[in-house]
Amino acid sequence: MSIYEAPLNENTPPWPYTVDYDKVNEVTTDVLIVGGGTAGCHAAINARKKGAKVLVIDKANVLTSGCGGSGVDHWHNACTNPASGISPEDQVDEFQNCRKGIATSEYGSRASHYITARESWDALQDVEEWGIDIRDVNDEFVGADFRDEETKLMFAYDYDSRTVVRVQGAYIKKAMHDEMRRLDVQIQNRVMITSLLTAGGKIGGRVIGATGFHIRTGEFYIFKAKSTIVCTGPSTRLWVFSTELVGANSIHDDPNDVGDGNAICYNAGAEFGQMEAGGRTVGGFRYFGYGTGNAHNTWFACTIVDSNGKEVPWVDRDGKEIKNVADRYRLAKGQKMFYHGPPPHPYETQGPTLIHDLAERIESGEFVLPFYADLPGMPELERKAIFGLMVGNEGKTRHGVYEPYTDGGYDPNKHMMQANVLPPEEAGIHKPWWNGQGPPQWRETAFGGGGGLVYDWDCRSTLEGLYTAGNQMLGGGNHSQSASTGRYAGRKAADYALSADQVEVDKSQLSEERERVYAPVKRSAGIGWKEFQAGLCRVMQDYCATYKAEETLKIGLEWLESIKESEGQQVFARNPHELARIMEAFSRLTVGQMIMEASRARKASSRACDFERVDYPEVDPPDWDKYVIIKREEDGVSISDKPCDYWLQEPYASNYAENYDAHNGLDEKTTRVIGEAAE
Amino acid sequence: MSDYNQAYMVTNPLAPCTVVEINPDNCTGCRLCIEVCRTDVLVPNPETLMVPIVLFPDECWFCGDCVAYCPEPDTIKMHVPITEKVGWKDKESGDRYRLGMKNPPPPYTTPPVGWKSVREK
Ligand code: SF4
Ligand code: SF4
Repeated sequence: MSIYEAPLNENTPPWPYTVDYDKVNEVTTDVLIVGGGTAGCHAAINARKKGAKVLVIDKANVLTSGCGGSGVDHWHNACTNPASGISPEDQVDEFQNCRKGIATSEYGSRASHYITARESWDALQDVEEWGIDIRDVNDEFVGADFRDEETKLMFAYDYDSRTVVRVQGAYIKKAMHDEMRRLDVQIQNRVMITSLLTAGGKIGGRVIGATGFHIRTGEFYIFKAKSTIVCTGPSTRLWVFSTELVGANSIHDDPNDVGDGNAICYNAGAEFGQMEAGGRTVGGFRYFGYGTGNAHNTWFACTIVDSNGKEVPWVDRDGKEIKNVADRYRLAKGQKMFYHGPPPHPYETQGPTLIHDLAERIESGEFVLPFYADLPGMPELERKAIFGLMVGNEGKTRHGVYEPYTDGGYDPNKHMMQANVLPPEEAGIHKPWWNGQGPPQWRETAFGGGGGLVYDWDCRSTLEGLYTAGNQMLGGGNHSQSASTGRYAGRKAADYALSADQVEVDKSQLSEERERVYAPVKRSAGIGWKEFQAGLCRVMQDYCATYKAEETLKIGLEWLESIKESEGQQVFARNPHELARIMEAFSRLTVGQMIMEASRARKASSRACDFERVDYPEVDPPDWDKYVIIKREEDGVSISDKPCDYWLQEPYASNYAENYDAHNGLDEKTTRVIGEAAE
Repeated sequence: MSDYNQAYMVTNPLAPCTVVEINPDNCTGCRLCIEVCRTDVLVPNPETLMVPIVLFPDECWFCGDCVAYCPEPDTIKMHVPITEKVGWKDKESGDRYRLGMKNPPPPYTTPPVGWKSVREK
């Protein structure tokens, strides 16, 4: 008797929802949105404003789903706000250059960065209109260095260029949800999409809808649509899986981000780029994000003191000591904007940091561990901005950090929060310290612009009828990028839908998918979803970890295929919830295959992609400064490449503005009137 | 106390901790927490249709949405696991504290900036 069978007896309570695996529901719409997170909601609202009928599908509840589902505290790239003088072109340069050398970001996602630079501030004003405070409305921060007295906007990080806005967005998802309700956007919660429907059932054909099943009732759903926007997240828990680890073992991203979007689009024949990019992770072995003292990200630029209260100095990009706190937030002479991240960094955008030789100076005994974040020593309004505003509104931290810590007696005015006790070389890393690094076989694709759908200036994938926004795009990223590209993709997908026909779905595609999806509930014994999931992770750890080589990747692909046809046919589910977890593992299996295929195709190492080929050790040779593109075809996988600035090459114009102006799809219903949201 | 010599043959719990705790005296069974949970950690109680059951604690993301949306005060609370309990030090006195310690300092009662209950939003 397996442990999975053991608890099933006459005393086992029945599933609390009525189950009907045979029931088929059919819904027709103009624009179908897969994934109702930040990108999906902005897409839905904008498609609806254009007059299209819109339906959003989410595995959870759109009210709280997605990475931004429990809040956002700062909003990037709002360079067109009235208090900033940065142009969208400068913002894209910053995007491209500032992150050189940081995992996954050099290749970037240039068209989406430009769209974000143009629309981030507009999207933020949308959010304000829906009821979120994006300004210091109660005048709690009057006189702060980061507050613009005229607009009452409050900025983070770089107080001179003023492109990152501090927002009170703990309930931002509710605001989006209410707006969707107001506009009569249809919402279907708790349905997992497992396939895209294509014209004639053909790989590479026009996308005409999707299928899914309800993760509480098990019912089958057929969604027919003229256009589809996939707004799902990246694939988490692909290398490290243990539900004993805190936070469903997921770092920043929602645990529902498993790569379903990757899998359905790849199976439909859409092209993907940059799938080989990734980075190290500590899995779930960490403190709550933003929940330990540090000097970065949400906690930038908090004073750090050592065990004896000795302050760790800050330095500017030239290594010159910065004497007062206010200057940690200021540009160097002649600098346009800075990036608040770790060196090494291009000199142009390097911002202030803790001393670069901190590790050596800990080893020499000059600074004594453990370290503390000295919030009490920070100027009052900075302290309040870091803990009261940002930790108080950031995703997951209001109820996960702010409330339990303050209930337990933590007082930011008096108490210095312990920074993780890290070895000197880690404490010297200019990154948030709640993590550490994890062993080399633990990796992730999430957070920071991994691979995704190849898209064009319509935010369309390489398949007709299939659009994308947010993290599902090649190189997709943060909240503002999701909101901005969501708006844009929503307009474009609506334009297409309003001029396109509805196509009949292929019957055999439906029946094959139903058979595949429900196979695990027709078995009454076998392998449980956790073993299946953990088994995939083992293959990723062994054959697609930090060190990659042709032979290991080949074996890895064989093993994934072997697991799919062997153990994959033995997995069994006792309720729709377990069925969802099994289907998620199948999504991850597909994503694993995509990553291994792309990794095999990149025959060079790359620092920007955090990609190491033992058999091709040369790092970033000029020939390989390009995207590796993979695509599924009837008879296997096709590999090609694209220049990293393909959005500025034929058939497009050679500059961003011209392309944006020609394609953005804005009309009188979707354009913001200047100053509309100002008080 | 019942007979403490009575032991049971039970499997190990699914997750190291309870993740969220519901006070049955205050809970009205409105199910809002169930509806906002992103991973269905909470399910309706089939027997009484009252206090939700924490069925999949091993899938909790500690997002706190269930806490945010519960309409009853002091009813549902996040349980911070020991592994996530941080320490801090008083800048003046040098006294060290740990989240969850016996005799903790008094709660700090200033709400976060922009605090409103979710219903006012
Ligand atoms: S904290 Fe979040 S994931 Fe955990 S039970 Fe509550 S709503 Fe669900
Ligand atoms: S939201 Fe609160 S009152 Fe309602 S069922 Fe959940 S715990 Fe009980």
